[in-house]
Amino acid sequence: MDIPYTVEIRKDTGLYNAKVGIWLFLASEVMLFGALFSSYILLRVGSAEGFWPHGWLTVWLGTLNTIVLITSSITTVMAWASLKMKNFGQFKFYHAITLCCALMFLCIKSYEYHDKFIHNEITLKDGRIADGHVVKRTDEAVTIEGRFVQDRKDLFNLSTPFLGPPKYEEIEIKTADIKTMSNYGPAHHDYNAIYFTLTGLHALHVIGGAIVIGYLWLFGAKMWKTDPERFTNRIEISGLFWHFVDLVWIFLFPVLYLL
Amino acid sequence: MSDQHSSDHSDHIAHHVRRYLYVFAALICGTILTVWASYIPFPSREINIAVALIIASCKAFLVAGFFMHLISERKMIYGILGFTAFFFTGLMALTIWSFADFPVHTVTH
Repeated sequence: MDIPYTVEIRKDTGLYNAKVGIWLFLASEVMLFGALFSSYILLRVGSAEGFWPHGWLTVWLGTLNTIVLITSSITTVMAWASLKMKNFGQFKFYHAITLCCALMFLCIKSYEYHDKFIHNEITLKDGRIADGHVVKRTDEAVTIEGRFVQDRKDLFNLSTPFLGPPKYEEIEIKTADIKTMSNYGPAHHDYNAIYFTLTGLHALHVIGGAIVIGYLWLFGAKMWKTDPERFTNRIEISGLFWHFVDLVWIFLFPVLYLL
Repeated sequence: MSDQHSSDHSDHIAHHVRRYLYVFAALICGTILTVWASYIPFPSREINIAVALIIASCKAFLVAGFFMHLISERKMIYGILGFTAFFFTGLMALTIWSFADFPVHTVTH
């Protein structure tokens, strides 16, 4: 039995069914991310004066990831346009770039996550605070590439255009001198919690979208020979989801990296 | 007749493709502008936030309008998005409203 309205237009909606379905799904996604943005606003407004971080993320990496996602967005729409012009080879080419962009985005994001998990704030028993990336760790001592600060507030504004964090040096700290040690994972600060939640959920969307696009590019592409219009519609639907993923990142980038 | 129709269709898509390239260029410029504007020392951080969100909204309009073809969609889709916009606005309004919603005798600084 054939599924109705995969290609032909329904008279009451003026659309094929999958298109109505994806837009209803995207509407629910808007509310999902909207709720998390609302949480971000509440956490930010509720934080103590001077204790909301600025410059904790590397701006040029975020900018690069934005450009990567925008590039993947245009290749997605070009892949669909290629099918509309009956050029299957070009479709394969554009979607191959889309998949490469998705992989690149995830690699950069993974690097950024790793950077946060090796970044530690160490409070010493004498009250000093050391902050930096762990380069070596033994039972006796921890070596970080970092700096000492007298006031914890000094850790919260690292906003320096394109130059990244302040100059770090290699510091060895004896384990016996350490009072507390916390990496910049989700539990470190409200900012980290919402950063990992928002970008983690977004990355899951990137993975999901890439799996669908990858399937249509590889195994699902044989439908082009039997039912080209339906295949083109599938590409349009997966493309709409992919553009939404790009759209969410357009807001995540300034909110988390720049402001 | 069929060849003529097919040729018109291809021209129509080719016209769209040119438009996609312009949108792509605008999105890249918008990204650079966002980063640049974030380093401008405005009198208050609120202005930086407003500027960044305005640029992000323009970029979102370009993606939704042209890549997702929302500028020429069916009424049904506009209906779905109208409801979404209503509830999203309500969510944000409730969030902002909550700033002033303190329990009685709360000490604020």
